[in-house]
Amino acid sequence: MDPSRKRKLRLVIFLAAALLLATALVYTSFSASTEASKPSEVQPGQSYEMTGKVVNDSIERDGDELRFRVRDRDGTESVAVLYSGVVPDPFREGREVIVEGELKKGTFVAERDSLVTKCPSKFTKEKEGQSS
Amino acid sequence: MAGVGSACLTIGLFAALYAAGASVYGALNRRREWVSSGRRAIYCLAALCLVAFAILEAAFLRTDLSFALVAEGSSTDTPTFYKVTALWATQDGSLLLWATLLSLFSSAVLFLTRRTLRDIAPWATAVLGVVAAFFLLLMVGWENPFGTLAVAPQEGAGLNPLLRHPAMMIHPPMLYTGYVGFSIPFAFAVGALITRRTGADWIRATRRFALVAWTFLGTGIMLGALWSYTELGWGGYWAWDPVENASLMPWLVGTAFIHSIMVQEKRGLLKVWNVSLICATFVLALLGTFLVRSGILESIHAFGASTIGVQFLLFIATVIAASAALILWRLPDLRSEAKLDSLVSREAFFLLNNLVLVGLCLVILWGTFFPLISEALTGTEESVGPPWFNRLTTPLALALVLLTGIGPVLAWRKVTPSALRRILLVPVAATLAALAGLLAFTNAADSPASLAMFCFVAFVLTVVAQEFWRGASARRTMTGEAWPRALARLLGRNRRRYGGYLVHAGIAVLFLGVAASSAFLEQRDVRLSPGDSFEIDGYQVTYREATARLGGDSSGTGAPIAFGAVLDVRKDGKHFTLRPSRNFYSSADPSLGTISRFFEGEATSEVDVRWGLRKDLWLAVRPDISALEKPIAEADAKFADTPGDVQALIIAALAERYRNDPPPAAFRAIASPLVAWIWIGGAIAVLGALVAMWPTPEARLRRVRAIYSARLGKELSRA
Repeated sequence: MDPSRKRKLRLVIFLAAALLLATALVYTSFSASTEASKPSEVQPGQSYEMTGKVVNDSIERDGDELRFRVRDRDGTESVAVLYSGVVPDPFREGREVIVEGELKKGTFVAERDSLVTKCPSKFTKEKEGQSS
Repeated sequence: MAGVGSACLTIGLFAALYAAGASVYGALNRRREWVSSGRRAIYCLAALCLVAFAILEAAFLRTDLSFALVAEGSSTDTPTFYKVTALWATQDGSLLLWATLLSLFSSAVLFLTRRTLRDIAPWATAVLGVVAAFFLLLMVGWENPFGTLAVAPQEGAGLNPLLRHPAMMIHPPMLYTGYVGFSIPFAFAVGALITRRTGADWIRATRRFALVAWTFLGTGIMLGALWSYTELGWGGYWAWDPVENASLMPWLVGTAFIHSIMVQEKRGLLKVWNVSLICATFVLALLGTFLVRSGILESIHAFGASTIGVQFLLFIATVIAASAALILWRLPDLRSEAKLDSLVSREAFFLLNNLVLVGLCLVILWGTFFPLISEALTGTEESVGPPWFNRLTTPLALALVLLTGIGPVLAWRKVTPSALRRILLVPVAATLAALAGLLAFTNAADSPASLAMFCFVAFVLTVVAQEFWRGASARRTMTGEAWPRALARLLGRNRRRYGGYLVHAGIAVLFLGVAASSAFLEQRDVRLSPGDSFEIDGYQVTYREATARLGGDSSGTGAPIAFGAVLDVRKDGKHFTLRPSRNFYSSADPSLGTISRFFEGEATSEVDVRWGLRKDLWLAVRPDISALEKPIAEADAKFADTPGDVQALIIAALAERYRNDPPPAAFRAIASPLVAWIWIGGAIAVLGALVAMWPTPEARLRRVRAIYSARLGKELSRA
């Protein structure tokens, strides 16, 4: 094979590989992703990654299970959550949380260990974290 | 003192701008005195930043609450160790740390290159000056770390309890040093492009800085993983969190860079690729700094609303646009000096490793920004979780480890089939033996990806061992040295090469830990009362008793209250004790009762880990304090305005009550095999990197000779 054809061939192989990776990236990410939503938007029959704030005085412990309500970040509509598994350290009333699950009979049944609490980061002023 | 600090920053801003202006003027008009003046302005900037940093650190150490930053992030009862770290736990303070490190690094590199690289250095000075000016401008204009409070509060808010971990002392400075370090090769690459000196000079001058940055960034990431494993209470070391990803991306591209510059040094290839890589690394480092502050992505490291997100984005966009334009403009000067001779050669495999590393980075970049991408494309914000990241990164990581073994032993230019056979015979045999052994004696086949990784790790380790053995035995035949001496000399005389092999071995060991612990860990969540026991992976764990400690927990975090547990663990006749606990920090919320305030603040898990080379037993406890709720509420009502010492008595009584009659507590136990090797491998890699970057005696000699001859030249021209 003459050198210029060889180079061309290499380029084609390389581009094809890159294209393949890109397609895999796009395809898998769209098929594996879960929709992010607010408590006021969740509908039954689909799994969501719900972000919102824990409603004050709503946390109840029931054995291994944890029940609480999550409301929209800036709103009052809320949904009851049933959660089991590890509760992150910064979990508190009024804190922003992310939880994955599905709405069943009016209760958001969360996947085990899916609760993430946005911790009052090192860059958040402590006071803001508490007044919210 | 705050005024002095502010003044330092303002003067520093002007010094940085002057440095940029003077060196550009000097370079354009060939006025060397202006170039020197610009360089000295950078030294001056470093001094100013150091003074500012010292003032702020002193304020933290003596808890001067008139500093807004100290009042927000520290308090008189914060332990001294964490008073020191509280500086960079704040947004403004971390910017100051960035600027200080940048000015120190810049001064170091400009000092070292003051007699060489006369064309490139002024432009590099200008770039570094502009970057420093940007960070100083952020502080002077929006986030002044020296803001003061008109009325100093009685007590500060204290350092966020989650950040009270020994790794926090060095983890953020390490990451920043890494981020900052990559700005040095970036600046010199820009200088090389502007002056059309696109040979390997700029690479030789800054290679060591890239290596230092790479090492620091890697160490920072490893320490972050350790913090996650031992402090966050969920038991993992990596969660594909946006902020974690942000630190990994520049490291990956930086890794690609320090490999591909060798190809340019040795063969004059890949010039466009190298300048593009270093620009990308620098942009990703800025992006990492930005992500922590912007709040645009959901992350466990949640970010406060920041005032400097827009400025950062503008700066990043400018850097991308300017670098792209510069590279396109100088494309004719970046032609390769040679051609790739064969696909079975070191340069070809370096290119392949580069593609894998950049591919990994692209995957992570895509996944990290997927919420933004999907919102732009489909209108709904969607995100991908750890399973997606694991699925895509696993094959790339496997390829990477395999290349780690093959790449360094191939010769430059071309490898003959017989040479290839000679190099790979033993490692391939060892790999097959490892495969057979794993299949016969373990259940490694349950996870094909992990099995493949184990085999590849065996391959890499054999390759490295073979290289050391070959080199050392060659020395022995020539010099008759004993083995240990021959090995030490070998390492000492060829630091870049054998240091590099050590790094590769370390990375392989690290992946051994990752593959084993991610696929074969066992985890149990249980609720136990004292006397109950459970079993995990052959460990018999018994909850012996509850503990309640007031004032000063064992790990020195300064938590006022710690409830914990003592557990006896038995396995194969061996016996040890684990003492996990949970720290409760008091809340400053005035709406809470005087007593409940002590329990309603932050709480952090202080996990206990029994480290082992074969297996770790990791244990966290979550005491159930709901049984105390009633007495706490009663105490709130009864002792609304009691003085501090009485409150202490009440808390002591509550603790006593918990200790004597503890309700069932929730435990999480994790037995993960070989997880300690992640950090052992990391340590080996750092050691190797230190060896590789240490100046060789020959290089030092060469430098001394160069300086001497330069001086001689000067004298002669004067005479």
